[in-house]
Formats: sequence, C-alpha cells, structure tokens
Amino acid sequence: MKIINYREIEGRSSGFLILLAILGLLALLGLGSAHYMEEHGHVVTGMTNQIVWGIPHVFAVFLIVAASGALNVASIGSVFGKSFYKPLAPLSALLAIGLLGGGLTVLMLDLGRPDRVIVAATHYNFKSVFAWNVFLYSGFFGAVAIYIWTMMDKTVSSYTKPAGYLAFVVRLLLTTGTGSIFGFLVARQFYDSALLAPMFIIMSFSYGLAIYLGVLMASYKWTNRPLGDAVINRLKNLLGVFIAAVLLLVTIFHMTNLYFTKHHGVEAFILLNGGIYTSLFWLGQIILGSLVPLVLLYAPGISKSRSAIAFACGLVILGGLSQMYVTIIGGQAYPLVLFPGYQESSSFFDGVVHNYSPSLPETLLGLGGMAIAGIIVTLGLKVLRFLPLSLADSVADPHAK
Amino acid sequence: MNEQNKTAEQVIEDYSRRKFLGTSAAVGATLAIAPGITLLDMAQARPADQAASSKNRWGLLIDSNKCATGCDDCVSACFKENAIKEGKKETDSQWIRKIELKDMQSGRTSSLPMMCQHCAEPPCVDVCPTGASFKRADGIVLVDRHICIGCRYCMMACPYKARSFVHEELTDQNPDVPRGKGCVESCTLCVHRVDKGEQPACVEACSSSGKNAMIFGDLNDPNSEISKRIAETATTQVRADLQLNPGVRYQGI
Amino acid sequence: MRILTIQPKGLWRFALLAAMLAVGVMPPAYADGAVAPSRVPVPHIEIGKGDKCVADEEFMRKNHMKMLMHHRDETVHEGIRTTQYSLKNCIECHASKKNNSVLGSNENFCQSCHSYAAVKIDCFECHANKPKATGAFHPVVAGAGQVSGLGAAMRKEMHGDADKTLSTGAAK
Repeated sequence: MKIINYREIEGRSSGFLILLAILGLLALLGLGSAHYMEEHGHVVTGMTNQIVWGIPHVFAVFLIVAASGALNVASIGSVFGKSFYKPLAPLSALLAIGLLGGGLTVLMLDLGRPDRVIVAATHYNFKSVFAWNVFLYSGFFGAVAIYIWTMMDKTVSSYTKPAGYLAFVVRLLLTTGTGSIFGFLVARQFYDSALLAPMFIIMSFSYGLAIYLGVLMASYKWTNRPLGDAVINRLKNLLGVFIAAVLLLVTIFHMTNLYFTKHHGVEAFILLNGGIYTSLFWLGQIILGSLVPLVLLYAPGISKSRSAIAFACGLVILGGLSQMYVTIIGGQAYPLVLFPGYQESSSFFDGVVHNYSPSLPETLLGLGGMAIAGIIVTLGLKVLRFLPLSLADSVADPHAK
Repeated sequence: MNEQNKTAEQVIEDYSRRKFLGTSAAVGATLAIAPGITLLDMAQARPADQAASSKNRWGLLIDSNKCATGCDDCVSACFKENAIKEGKKETDSQWIRKIELKDMQSGRTSSLPMMCQHCAEPPCVDVCPTGASFKRADGIVLVDRHICIGCRYCMMACPYKARSFVHEELTDQNPDVPRGKGCVESCTLCVHRVDKGEQPACVEACSSSGKNAMIFGDLNDPNSEISKRIAETATTQVRADLQLNPGVRYQGI
Repeated sequence: MRILTIQPKGLWRFALLAAMLAVGVMPPAYADGAVAPSRVPVPHIEIGKGDKCVADEEFMRKNHMKMLMHHRDETVHEGIRTTQYSLKNCIECHASKKNNSVLGSNENFCQSCHSYAAVKIDCFECHANKPKATGAFHPVVAGAGQVSGLGAAMRKEMHGDADKTLSTGAAK
C-alpha cells in the first residue's frame, strides 16, 4: 500500500467562493423561512391536521438516512478490512456528520415550538422511538467524531478500527430507528410494517453512496486532483448493487401489503390511482431513481463515462427524495380507516384523500437543510485534511502496476 | 425563620404539607356526614387539593341509534366550552366531529361523534418523545402543552385522527382551557369540568337536546350508569383490533 | 377550598404593598412610601384588585415563577386545582381595571415587570390573559371595577378561613 497524503483543499478559487455563497444563500433562506413559520405558525405551510408531516420531513428524513449511508464507505474500510477503501474513509465520515447536521436542523426548525427544542433533551419518554433517536443522533455525531479523530491523529491511529466498529454499529441502529419511526405506527395502513427498518437501511446505503460518489467526483474535478477509474468503478458498481437491493426490498414491501386484503386500498392508492403519489412512485422512484441509474452504471459504452455516473448519482438522490415523498406524504394522504367496511364522511376530512401542496417557506427550509449539509462538508474539506491529494490508480489501486 | 427569608423549596414544602393536612381534614369532615351522602359527595366532586385517582376511569358511552344525522349539538358545545374557533379548514382544530357512516354492503347509514377515545394503552403517549402526551391516573389522556414541542408524532400515531395541531396564534382562550400555537391538542374530556364534578360539555348538550345519546361516567364503578349499560348491552370499541381499550364505547354500529 | 387569601383587614398593608410595588427595585430605604426621585426608571405597576397577595410580595416577586411551575405540574398531571398559586388566580386579582388584562401596556401587572426586566413571558401564548368572563361581567364596561369589587367580596365570603390556613403555613 502506498502512502496516502491527505491535504485540505485550497478554497481560494472563485469557484469555491461562489459555491459557498450559493450554499450560504440557500441556508439563510431556509433559516429565514423557519423564522417566518415560527412567527406565523404552520398555517403558512401546506401542512394540515391531515398531512401533519410535510416536505421538511421529506428532506430531513432523506438527509438523516443518507447520513448513515454516507458512512458506509468508511465502514467497508475499517470494519470489513478492505484497505482499498481506507483513503476514502475521512470524506465518508465528514459527509455523515454534514448530512445528519442538515437533516436535524430541518427537523428541529419544523417543530411547532422550536424555541423549546431543549425540552427534548430534558424530558424523555423512553418508550418513544423519537426519544431513542435523540440518543442515536447524538451518539452518531459522537461516534463519527471520534472516528475522524482516530483517522487524523497519528497518535491515536491504533484505535481507528474499534472507532470504526462503533460508528458502524451506531449507524445501523440510527437507520433502524429512523425506519422504525414509521414502522411502529401501527394505526396507519401504509406504515404498520417491521420491513420499514431494513428497507431504510438499504435505502441509506444507496442514497449515502450516491451522495458520496457525487461529492467525491465534484471535489476532485474542481480541485484538479487526480481520481482514477479504479476508485470510481468500484464505487459505481457498489452503488448499482445497492440500487438493486432497494428495488428488491420495495418489491417485498408492496407484495407483502398486497397479500393482506385490508391493505389493498392503500396499495391501490400508491401504485394505481394516487395521482401525484403514483407518478412519483413509478416515474420518480422506480424509473428515474432506480432503473435509469442502473442502466447508466452498467450499460456497456456509457458506464465508463464520468458524466453518466455523476448523472446516475443525481438521479438516485432525486429518486430517494421521491421515495420519501411517497412514503411520508403519500402514506398520510390516504385516509385513516376507522371503520373498516364503512364509507366515512365528516367535517374533518374522514374518508377522503387529503390534499397537500408544499408552500414556499417549508420547501426553502428543506432545501436550506441540504445547503447546511453542503456548507459543513465544503468548509470541513477546507480546514481539515479529509481528501487524499491523489486517488489516481497508481496510488489507490493496490493492483496497479 | 420568617416567611420573608424562606426559599421557594421551603414554601413549596410547606404548601405540600398544608395540602396534606388539608386533605386529611377534608376526609375527616366528609366522614362526619351520613354515609350515603359521603358516597355521593365523593363521586360528584373531588376536593380541589386531591389528585385524580386510578380508582376512577372516566369514559363515555355513545348510542349511535339515538345520534341524529345532521345534529351537531355536541360539536358546538365543545367548541364553545373550549373556546375553539368554529372553522372547517384543514388546519383548524376539531376536538370532536360527527362522522357519517354508510355500510358499503347494506347501505345502512349511521351517525356518531368521534373524539379522543382516551385509550388505556394510548399510542400517542407511547410515541411522544418528551412525555407531553400522558394519561392521567383517572384515564383521561391529555397533552401537557408546557413540554409539547410540536413534533406531531402523536398525530401520526393516533388511530382515531383525534388530535389537532394549532396552526395559528390564538386569542380569547377560556381561562380553564389553555391552548396555543405550535402545540398538539385533543379532547380533554372537559377535564376542568370533570374535576369539578360536572359532565363534559358535549354530553350535557346531548342531554339537553333531549337525544341522550351520550353517557359520561366512571367505568371503574360497577354501580355507575355507564358501567351498568355496558354490562347489559353489546357495545363496540372503534379499532378494537388494536386492543387499546378505549374509554369511549359505542352502541348501534 | 381553603387556600385563597383575600383578607379585608390591614388596609395600611395594602398601601405599603402598593408603594413597594410602585417603587419596584428601589433600595429598602425608600420603601416606606416616600418615593424618592431616581435617575433609574422603575416599572409602574397597576396591581388590579390585588389586595393582599397569596404570599409575601417580596417572596412572590422573586419566586412566583417557581410557584407557578410547581402548581402547573400538579394541575396538569394530577388534576389538583387549588387556587393559591394558580395562574388563573393571579389573573383574577391582578388584571388591570382599565383593560381587564394582565397584559397590554407597560403598566399591566405581568407585562410591567417582565418588559422592565426583559424577560419573555411564555404563559400567554396559551393561557388567557383575562379573568374568566361571567354572565354579569363585561370587561371593558366602565362599571367593571364595581363588579370586580363585588366578585372580590364574594370570594372573601366564600373563603373566609383562608387567612387561617396561610398563617398556619407562615408560622412554621
């Protein structure tokens, strides 16, 4: 194994400053929107008493799921001992922290009483999956921070492996917890399934790696550092496997539901006649988010193209957001069944499909969370040595001649 | 030590001690009255300084056969009592609503009020991260708005769609019923009235309209009207499959 | 229902209380009623019907938030609805005679000190800042003072033993 030199990125080019300015503006717009929502109440969002979680949660859950997935590259190196992945580990850990930071910001700023967020740290209900997640989030931050420390500080480098194990275990628990937030909602037709936890874990692999690969390619291109095909090919092949695994889990999830007659209604809603949700499922999640990327990553002729790979990563991210939208909002849009076998109607919108159209402030809040994740990563790359100077095949590939 | 120099802790302690003495005094006084009246007194109004007890479990029995389609006296009474703005927007709170049902096979229709079912095993309490959703000793499920952070997880978990989130700033609240922007709320079973020994506003309105479709009472007291009725007639729990043991039961559906 | 503590006796105490509240954070030397001019602005507080508070006012000024917090948990979680330290009871007495509220201007009971000390009050996002309106009570009508006086008199009638309870507590 050759010696890997890590270096901060220079971060003085106009491109860097423009990137930071755009991210900063988006983050400010997001924070401003959160303030506006707090001042006026959630009436300025599209969320209602029927659709209680909206687009902020789509972004937040996506980011949190992707955060644990982004750590995967590091885990393959440390936990599974693949030395090929070790140079890739620091960026993986940085992305994990950045994405989780962005996601949690959105989640907290969307609270009805964000001023009271400290209460979530002083009052615990240990039966609540949400309360578990409070521990998991902080545990994840802590574990990944320790992991980064052991990777960067030569004096503690012997602890890298146990720290990597710890981070790996916490990330699995974190995604299990996130999936269980929905999986444990027994009353809701679309959520009541233990399958959601493993499904969220596989989803995290896919989203996290897509983001990782995209950021890796962008940062090497923009800093003119060499990035060889060996790294890219391994990661893109892995991404393809993860996409296929998500497809498998999604199929099992829907097939299980279709086997239960009581779930036929909600399945028909998502798969056949749910309007925007059906379109987002088939077009967004399945075709653009899974099948097209698979083609781009594997088809002979195009799969070697860096642009094709970058495009595939972007599609996986959009597909992931679609999947979150379908899961979180589609799952609520289908009315709760209080009286099976009866047609229900009331002034409180029982028995009818609930409307939701995201408003500008809440969308900006969600995008702001993405931007905050971006800022954390961009600044992190500038101040600390996360990126190897070169990932050219001669450096990164142990089999290179 | 004079009052001036006391710490709050000491005063709070004094306060608790006084409360304790007060309670024993009240019990003593109650015992002095004739036995029959004592029982009645205890059932009617709990002394103000006495905590709600798990000896009681407050509940409702709703007879859908007596509940008329189109009548929403219970709903208006609830809105008035709890100072809820009459509104039917998707963002407006509705602690109680009338649901019209139609059997998809037979076409038979029925009508009933739906509100928080005050479950013995409330999912909203299970999922609440801060413990703001809680069940009182006497079975009434409430939100402590002082520690509710407005995450709305309870609304996702409730099988009855009984909870509302306050989307806008509120004014002119009933001093007995604090409620405000950014917190989740639901039917309190008119806990401020129950604590005074009165009935929930919806039940009172239903009786005064002459329909008498709702009975309020103590499910733990075998001699209460509600317990006797439940022991005699077939009643239904909504979403009984979830085994939440709701405190609200229905007849005629 | 023994704890409420409006007591008719001791008008001089009321006067002293008013003076002390009026001078707010003035040094004790001025607290004998002679308000000395000061370069430091002090809050001007309208105490409403406040006759004699449920506890020593010096103590209440420092500790009302703890009492309210303690009481709030007992009321919400256990259904204990004694009135001595209930926010509702504070408002019953201290609502301004002008606008029937503890908020509204920097003279209103809660707002005066809180804006002076720049401490945000969270209570009234949810809690009513006005006493409970009864059939006979119209807040903004000129005669409101009389009606509230009547209300206070009725409470005195109803809770005649209040002082006994409080003094038992104070003696300890």
